[in-house]
Amino acid sequence: MKILVCISCVPDTTSKINFIENDTTFDTNGIQFVINPNDEFGLTRAMWIKEMDNSTVDTINVGLENTEPILKKTLAIGADKAIRINEKPTDGFRVAKLISDYISNNNYDLIIAGRESIDYNGTMVPGIISEILNINFITNCVGLEIDGNKITAKREIEGGTEILSCNLPAIIGGQKGLVEESDLKIPNMRGIMQARQKPLEIIETENDEIGTEIIKFYKPKEKEEIKMIDSENLDELVEIFNKNAKVI
Amino acid sequence: MSVLTYIESKDYKAKKNSFEVISYARALADQLSTDLVILCFNIKNINELSNYGPDKILNINNDELSQFNVQKYAEAISKASSKLSVSHIIIGGSTDCKYLAPSLSVKTNSTYISNVVSLPSSLTPFTLRRSTFSNKAFSDVIIKNEKIIIGICNNSFGLIEKKSSPEILNLEINIPESTINQESIELSSGSISIADADIVVSAGRGLKGPENWGMIEELAKILGAATACSKPVSDMGWRPHSEHVGQTGKPVATNLYIAIGISGAIQHLAGVSSSKVKVVINSDPDAPFFKAADYGIIGDAFDIVPKLNEKLKSFKAVNN
Repeated sequence: MKILVCISCVPDTTSKINFIENDTTFDTNGIQFVINPNDEFGLTRAMWIKEMDNSTVDTINVGLENTEPILKKTLAIGADKAIRINEKPTDGFRVAKLISDYISNNNYDLIIAGRESIDYNGTMVPGIISEILNINFITNCVGLEIDGNKITAKREIEGGTEILSCNLPAIIGGQKGLVEESDLKIPNMRGIMQARQKPLEIIETENDEIGTEIIKFYKPKEKEEIKMIDSENLDELVEIFNKNAKVI
Repeated sequence: MSVLTYIESKDYKAKKNSFEVISYARALADQLSTDLVILCFNIKNINELSNYGPDKILNINNDELSQFNVQKYAEAISKASSKLSVSHIIIGGSTDCKYLAPSLSVKTNSTYISNVVSLPSSLTPFTLRRSTFSNKAFSDVIIKNEKIIIGICNNSFGLIEKKSSPEILNLEINIPESTINQESIELSSGSISIADADIVVSAGRGLKGPENWGMIEELAKILGAATACSKPVSDMGWRPHSEHVGQTGKPVATNLYIAIGISGAIQHLAGVSSSKVKVVINSDPDAPFFKAADYGIIGDAFDIVPKLNEKLKSFKAVNN
């Protein structure tokens, strides 16, 4: 089977988010970039499939040269080939279109993406790819089994889970639960050495109109000073529930 | 060109967050000086929808739509919007809406913008503010396409009541077969889901072990709240993953968020930052959560929570 894992390169979850150039640009100073957590669960899941049936696993990212360390990490973890589409990602539809173009030229059976990236949170890329390529799509996946040409996925829904099945080719949106965090694969020395021999393909893009543009960023309003309540005076808290939060 | 809002239903009734979605859509239709059409599936009593000002309602009664299916739902909404010549589609921020919106955007040649927190600040260029960086920031985005799907964040706009006498539309829409099958569904019975809750009671490692959640569940029951937890608690298996709140878990935008024994890692604080009133109970006065909350109590949860439960019970007994 041929598997493609879509990788977004995002600030580490502990990052403090700041902006520069009159709040038009994300300040990457001091930021450590990582594989988007929702994608990382999918990458490990893909590695497990590869261990079972000798599938090939490629990884793909839309980004400039600065995302290559992340792609090399995916090779060190065990991906066979990495593809970088050489364009700064600024629009979810555009990213999905570029990845779709690559997929339609390279025939993958299973595409694994994340539910969303934790930086721009567009929740667009896998769904748009599925529609452009007219393939099945299941997102919020917290479990995935493959049997021949059929996949069975556990999807988190509000208040529970559902089991969905469909035929390949398909694309899924993964999240925590697809594999456990303690199962995430990390590169070992042998993997890092092998990664140096593995292909990293760079694809150039043609200019096209991009449908959206971020013109300004804002940080949330500074929190007002917290009001402390004495632990012996819980009536005050009950009153806050009643008067301020209006929930009782 | 009209504004269309698709609202979700459950057990043949509009879901609670629908009224906020309709309120937003009405305000947008006013801003654009156009009509607002509500689209819904299999709702028994559509009268309550007219409290928020629609000009028209299209309620499609079709057994094919009795259960959410991304392909059938996206197709039905897409067909309805093309028959009604719709320019703007407004949807909520639920898991299902976020699942179908990208497909819908391609089918309708629209641009989809998720996590929107306000009405457009300008119509030319069309500019929306959305939440980004997992609630750590907001951004203003210009959309060049004239056809737009706006997914709004829960609890970001509020309700605006405006009684209307909508025209009831009838439209025949063919629903295609789906290539994705639902094999089974498992709903946790009795409890309120985090997405549906007005109040969330959340607890962390400070509770020392899963056996101590009884008082948290009791507090949630008294308040009619959903229960949630911090990441370490779900990682250790004390509580299910579905309760994990934060950057890699679920975001929470409720009226009241109560954090008990949660120190407040930056990822957790980001996930709950959109909640209106945040209350923290923690024995450590240096817990970072105290800097991000509205009200705080320093003290032992094992002492405070049972006492609070008793006080809330007597308050409710007197006042309800």
